[in-house]
Amino acid sequence: MNDRIVAKRPAGTGDAGAREGVPAARPATEAPIPPTTEADQNAPHVRPGDRIFRGLATGSGIFIVVLIGAIGLFLLLQAIPSLALDQVSFLTSREWSTGDVNNMRFGILDLLLVTVVSSAFALLIAMPIALGIALFLTQYAPRKLSRPFAYVIDLLSAVPSIIYGLWGLLVLAPVLTPVGEWLTDVLGWFPLFAEGNVSIELGGTIFTAGVVLAVMILPIITAVSREVFDRTPPAHIEGAIALGATKWEVVRTTVLPFGKAGYVSASMLGLGRALGETIALMIILSATNAAFGWSLFDGGATFASKIALAAPEFNDPRSAGAYIAAGLVLFVLTFVVNAIARSIVAGHKEYE
Amino acid sequence: MTTETADLNRLATPPTFQSVSTGRKIKNGIATGLVWLAFAVAIVPLVWVLYTVVQRGLPVVLDPDWWQKSLSGLLSRQQGGGVYHAIYGTLVQGIVCGLLSVPIGLFVAIYLVEYGGRSKLSRATTFMVDILTGVPSIVAALFVYTLWITTFGFGRSGFAVSLALVLLMVPVIVRTTEEMLKIVPDELREASYALGIPKWKTIVKIVIPTALSGILTGVMLALARVMGETAPVLVLAAYAPFINYNLFDGPMASLPLLMATERNNPTQAGFERIWGAAITLVLIITLFNLLATVISRWLAPKTK
Amino acid sequence: MKTKRHGAVVGLIAAGALLLTACGSDNNTPGAGGTSPNASAPGVDVECGGKAKLNAEGSSAQKNAIDTFIQAYQQKCAGADLAYNPSGSGGGVKNFNAGQVDFGGTDSPLSKDKGEVEAAAKRCATNPAWHLPLVFGPVAVGFKLDGVQDLVLNGEVTAKIFNGAVKKWNDPAIAALNSGATLPDKDIKVVYRSDESGTTDNFQKYLKIASKGAWTQGDGKQFKGGVGEGKEKSAGVAQAAASVDGAVTYVELSFAQDNKLSIAKIDAGQGAVELTSETVGKAIDGAKIKGEGNDLVLDLDSIYGTTTAGAYPLLLATYEIVCSKGYDADTAKAVKAFLTVAATDGQAGLADAGYAPVPKAFQDKLLTAIKAIA
Repeated sequence: MNDRIVAKRPAGTGDAGAREGVPAARPATEAPIPPTTEADQNAPHVRPGDRIFRGLATGSGIFIVVLIGAIGLFLLLQAIPSLALDQVSFLTSREWSTGDVNNMRFGILDLLLVTVVSSAFALLIAMPIALGIALFLTQYAPRKLSRPFAYVIDLLSAVPSIIYGLWGLLVLAPVLTPVGEWLTDVLGWFPLFAEGNVSIELGGTIFTAGVVLAVMILPIITAVSREVFDRTPPAHIEGAIALGATKWEVVRTTVLPFGKAGYVSASMLGLGRALGETIALMIILSATNAAFGWSLFDGGATFASKIALAAPEFNDPRSAGAYIAAGLVLFVLTFVVNAIARSIVAGHKEYE
Repeated sequence: MTTETADLNRLATPPTFQSVSTGRKIKNGIATGLVWLAFAVAIVPLVWVLYTVVQRGLPVVLDPDWWQKSLSGLLSRQQGGGVYHAIYGTLVQGIVCGLLSVPIGLFVAIYLVEYGGRSKLSRATTFMVDILTGVPSIVAALFVYTLWITTFGFGRSGFAVSLALVLLMVPVIVRTTEEMLKIVPDELREASYALGIPKWKTIVKIVIPTALSGILTGVMLALARVMGETAPVLVLAAYAPFINYNLFDGPMASLPLLMATERNNPTQAGFERIWGAAITLVLIITLFNLLATVISRWLAPKTK
Repeated sequence: MKTKRHGAVVGLIAAGALLLTACGSDNNTPGAGGTSPNASAPGVDVECGGKAKLNAEGSSAQKNAIDTFIQAYQQKCAGADLAYNPSGSGGGVKNFNAGQVDFGGTDSPLSKDKGEVEAAAKRCATNPAWHLPLVFGPVAVGFKLDGVQDLVLNGEVTAKIFNGAVKKWNDPAIAALNSGATLPDKDIKVVYRSDESGTTDNFQKYLKIASKGAWTQGDGKQFKGGVGEGKEKSAGVAQAAASVDGAVTYVELSFAQDNKLSIAKIDAGQGAVELTSETVGKAIDGAKIKGEGNDLVLDLDSIYGTTTAGAYPLLLATYEIVCSKGYDADTAKAVKAFLTVAATDGQAGLADAGYAPVPKAFQDKLLTAIKAIA
């Protein structure tokens, strides 16, 4: 039993590490198991079925690369002329006024901060809870209970974001108001909980937005993590149990290491959605003319909500370009987040 | 992290039957408590959202007219009518998007897991899928608007929406499918190769069926996400209160677009339509999930 | 096994249910919540026919009016329909100029500086596009203040409230206009439109003209007051203002009414004027046309700066942008039919929807212009 557990690990590992797209640091000792191409290339004749299938798969890969290239190019082409017209620094200004194309002043500092703070806050809430639910549903809950709850959670990822927005603003925000007031009263000395630049009563704060985002990404993180945890090889679990491990030790030594990469990847999927969330935040967040003051009780706009608010009025390519430039930054931001996630996953690959 | 391995090694050595130490018992208790707590904390808002949707939407959808009629010829403050036009739009746009994205997403994932290895293209594709994940829906919509409508000169239509949704759906499918394919044990693949089965057949008959339930979950999650997407429909399809069966021409309603339009209707009728449309959308997705469960059980390899 | 069969059965039932409803219907009889315009209104002759389903887009401020027009249109012309996508004035102009819709709706006339006039002419096969002001909508300064239902404001004080010069409800400037009322010592919470909007544009134009210099921020579709917090769309601002004590906003009348906001009276120098269809009608009577021929662009400055007793000056005119020529025959026929109905029978239901009908003198000009469309 013990042997088997140990023996199985590297097989999964080398493989996954290779595919993370991180070329560095693959221990030479894992080399003997070639997971991919080589095996059938040694065959004397490549079967036509293989060739077609391979072609389709590779073609799809190329298609994606070309597609993104096209989108990137489109964004750049639309953004550059506007950036050239910008009268203030695009990266460090807090102004946003694009109505007069002869005097466009736009900068993304506040958009960036609001986007990052609200998403990070949401992830901070959602990640541990999602881990808890996924473990609960796969390891702790009796089967009878876990099935229906898993359904409920899947169902929630089906609820459209506009509904989360309305629910957040009309149902949740009034309930959060006393919480927000308490936080600003008691912890107001701490910048994050300081009195913000919009009214707490109206609920259009980053605080409300973050909580709603957390609720929105919870089902996504949970659904994928659950799927991965569920696939922990029974042999691992049985092995641990046979060794006398408590439930928690079983989870810690088998399920978590096995599912960690999937969990992080799921969280990043959630973060990606939080960063790009449009309609819910457009409904919830109050716009404000004041600068972002590092408080959760500030208002403002995220990249996506700012673009969506203005999208119906994109008459002039120059002012539209300003928003598209903001979209480009969101692009880069998401990519950076993903890159970080991938390096985390790669760093822990020995546990996969 | 190394302590975990140490734990495992340590556990292997002591005699088989030994009572569990108090410290471990407490740890176990705390962990169990925390997991249950996380579940309880999470279930509150989640059930709350559903409750809000059901409580506000259910009375509306019980009227058979809701499923059979459109909103044609009604003032925004006049109650009655139905959302048949929007249900049709949502289903057709979603299904067409799914038909386009599932093959692409599936093949990209297969490429990444089975063929790509560490090649340059594979790394580029992973990189690009990452970026695509980050494309906010509104930007995808603007891209399709510029390409399909401004450059190619087509009109706004349901199909344009489907195209934008493809951009949003593909990365989700790739990500989850990739994850699921990776988990398929290599022993299965190797056993298949050892029997002289071609690689493509191994993938189609062994690898995909093994991962199928996970892949289907991913597809359904992706479909759920795109069917509820509001930003693309706002830009790419005009709202019509009447039924438009033509995906390729004319204004076409969909449930999210209907909600966005009625969002600006402060009357009781608007309230009913928003929440009715919400529960309708949720019901449609539930239906898709059920179908996915049935199909994946049906297709799963018969191991027992 | 049991669950599997169970799932299959549920799936089958649901799929069956969907199939059963596969024959949807556009046929509606209006339910409770409002009356339809009178079918037997003495209308003009309308030549029905042409394109069965017209396609229009634009200002959300005129959405409810267009709904009323559609009902009248359907009663006059069986089987005809129109889709109006209320994406906003900018959306209306953009999609009209791009040839995506048959006509556009906008709260602000096409702008020469932005090249919109030119683009519209290009869309109409090098014929000019016309502005037809079919809908007049009053804008309410709506507020929620516990214990205060009636409030009188003038252009100057309104401007000061919306640019932050007046911060408290019991400010002497407000108190001077409301002698006798007890105003609380509360902060004024300004709520504005965070999206670009024709309502904001018109409101700021009004402030510029009526505030005697107190409003220096200029106009435009983005709110420039610099205070308060923004919410999206009319529904968003009205709902927000209605949910917090001390809030004030500017919003189309029907939204203020539906959210039970109190509506300020406006004193333009001749005493406080309540917002009613009569007072709005009185203001519209004073409107002048500055467009040429059949292009009926209005000069709203004369309304905003009005000193006529009993006229409510804060309103917006929303235009339909149509091609004077350049439609294909089918579309031209349907567009003319729809606009004719809108200018005649359709006007009857407008008051219920929170708008003011166009005065008789205007109606004749509109009908002349509509007839001239080819």
